[in-house]
Amino acid sequence: MDGRVLLIDEDKCTGCLLCMVGCSLAHVGEADLERSHIRVFQAAQDVFVPLTCNHCETPSCARACPTTACHQDLEHLRVIIDDGRCIGCKTCVNACPFGHAHYDEVARVSAKCDYCDGEPECVRLCQTGALSYVYRDEGSSEKKREAGAVRAALRRT
Amino acid sequence: MMYGWTGNILRVDLTTGTTTVEPLDRDKAKNYIGGRGLGVKYLYDEIDPAVDALSPQNKLLFVTGPLTGTGAPGANRYVVVTKSPLTGCIANSTAAGDFACTMKYAGYDLIILEGKSEKPVYLWIDDDRIELRDAAEIWGLDSEETIKAVQKATSLRAKVACIGPAGENLVRFACVMNDAGRAAGRSGVGAVMGSKNLKAVAVHGTKGVKVADRAGFYQAMDAAFKTLEYEYVEEFHQTGTPGVLSLVHEFGVLPTRNFSVGVNDFADKISGETLADTLSVRKRMGVACPGCPVACGRVTKISTGKFAGQGFGPEYETIGMFGSNCGVDDFEAIAAANFVCNRMGMDTISTGNSIASAMEMFEKGLIPESDIGFPLEFGDADAIVKLAQMTADREGFGDVLADGSYRMGEKYGTTDYFMGVKKQEFPSYDPRGLQGMGLGYATGPRGACHIRGEAQDLDLYGVMNWRLTADRGLEVLDPLRSDDKPPLVKDVQDWFTMIDSCGMCNFMFFLMVDEDQMRQLIETATGVDMGGYEGFMRTGERVFNIETLFNRRAGITNEWDTLPKRMLETPMPAGPAKGQVVRLAEMLPEYYELRGWDDNGNISDAKREELGLA
Repeated sequence: MDGRVLLIDEDKCTGCLLCMVGCSLAHVGEADLERSHIRVFQAAQDVFVPLTCNHCETPSCARACPTTACHQDLEHLRVIIDDGRCIGCKTCVNACPFGHAHYDEVARVSAKCDYCDGEPECVRLCQTGALSYVYRDEGSSEKKREAGAVRAALRRT
Repeated sequence: MMYGWTGNILRVDLTTGTTTVEPLDRDKAKNYIGGRGLGVKYLYDEIDPAVDALSPQNKLLFVTGPLTGTGAPGANRYVVVTKSPLTGCIANSTAAGDFACTMKYAGYDLIILEGKSEKPVYLWIDDDRIELRDAAEIWGLDSEETIKAVQKATSLRAKVACIGPAGENLVRFACVMNDAGRAAGRSGVGAVMGSKNLKAVAVHGTKGVKVADRAGFYQAMDAAFKTLEYEYVEEFHQTGTPGVLSLVHEFGVLPTRNFSVGVNDFADKISGETLADTLSVRKRMGVACPGCPVACGRVTKISTGKFAGQGFGPEYETIGMFGSNCGVDDFEAIAAANFVCNRMGMDTISTGNSIASAMEMFEKGLIPESDIGFPLEFGDADAIVKLAQMTADREGFGDVLADGSYRMGEKYGTTDYFMGVKKQEFPSYDPRGLQGMGLGYATGPRGACHIRGEAQDLDLYGVMNWRLTADRGLEVLDPLRSDDKPPLVKDVQDWFTMIDSCGMCNFMFFLMVDEDQMRQLIETATGVDMGGYEGFMRTGERVFNIETLFNRRAGITNEWDTLPKRMLETPMPAGPAKGQVVRLAEMLPEYYELRGWDDNGNISDAKREELGLA
């Protein structure tokens, strides 16, 4: 846990849902898509967008939590839910502007991504490179390089 | 407590409208694994194989495997098992997609549908809540509309398998369609569903699947992903199954003009590369089923013109049948015919092959123009789309085509132009240049088929990373040699039986997993000891034999283990396989001996005892 983040490149996603299966296997011990912390949203027949917690710097979910079960783990730069303190009120689910936290109907608590303590299972299983676990700047610098290349190409013509 | 399997069977009596949940028989599960094997066993035990396939006495089984939905690579399939209205043999068609996994998550290994409903209904399964609902309003809708309508009426999270108008009209090769564009395609399982007045099955599940040995399962899964041959996978991302077309053409076995020749001059116009560069929406990237690293699915779009539309496919077999086999080189027409078949819920292979057969019979003067309504010649792009729609609606000449090309041949006096086995049409591989494939076609329990023993893979790609070839010390295979094929074909058939039974996709075995890895996956998931490689292959053999036993009891003797006259007597006129015929007579006796069958193709008592078949 060193402040890395989950980077999503939806262009590479094929909608295979291995990330969801892997996530539920790792967290609840059985393959169950409804209990996965990462969700793949199918926007069209061929457009898939993996969505998971952004681990915000000012997390609405943690602010809304009445029991501080949902809290910011400043040491590891993530937002996590402590099962023991969660009363299952689902306030965090409502508070998240992106709808990432979800209610686990079997465990009867709210649940969300915890970066698998530094080795995200979803990233390990992703076969196409749509998911990667990178240092914060790596993500944006990749995009910057691409944008820069486009601009450079425009200058040349 | 069962692992891998959920341990529950849902039995729905459509006549009375009652539903019951029964425990899964442990011994059957252990000996027949699941999917294709378990389905056949249950059907064999429960119905008389001689019943009429479209009568209420026939049963329709939806079966998942122990690995379905567990996260094992490509484990996302369910099998529809019933008696086929096309062949009269056993029918077991597999399909992948969210439906299969969700059925498992709802907690059922098998759904057994019996009897016949008085009026159209659909089945709605929400975990333990099971309902038969009136389907009057959705009867007649195409498969895409049906899925949307059922989801609207039940839950947007529901996954739906349904039939289209082709299934309602009892077209003998109608499919069961699921998740828009995935099909349990062959042998007419959709017609059986239509005969029961069942329009759709919708499931939603929240129960998950447990595995027995989690650490071991993880290890087996990782090993499988590591063996993945990324070079091939990359190819599949880029072109999907249509990428195979160029290779098949190189071998000179791409069926052209109703299997009259194996090469043509327009193959590059209908190749996978052309599809990727033109109609494919997602350039050089596929769409995957749950848990699959291969992502072979295509989405294509025709923006303008008379064929405008969007949908899944076309796959290689579709392009081969509607394209080269009908002499059509217009990709838009091929894709449009494919869209029609998907929406109507109809097997593209049998549809394309039957149309090609009709084209040849028309050109030979055997079918009068007045019966068809227009001149039907090879290369007529508009005709394939039009006839596909007419077949689904059983309108005009489509009514003849809807019974398959064997019955069409009977009607017009000769079955010489029927290209298939056991009344089921060939897929897109001409067996004259692939001797192993010829034997595979002839002996397949459900008739001509390319996925019940992928003998074409042996012939086309040479030796795989399979133990059954490695143990024999094989390095290269010659597709034109026949003397070494019988033992290989037998073992490949048994091996692919296991693949279909555990709930995994064939592509996994073609790209990555070998016999031992798969055995480990099953053992760690279920906690059942398979008895090593030997026991594993014997289980496959048991399933293959019980399918044959079903056929024999249904009155399908080994006289049907043969190929059309053209494949046996007319040498290939051109291309790399020039001068070849299928030397079936040389291979068949050895194959029967290896199987432990007598000369009449009946399973010997010794073999039955060895496999534990009653």
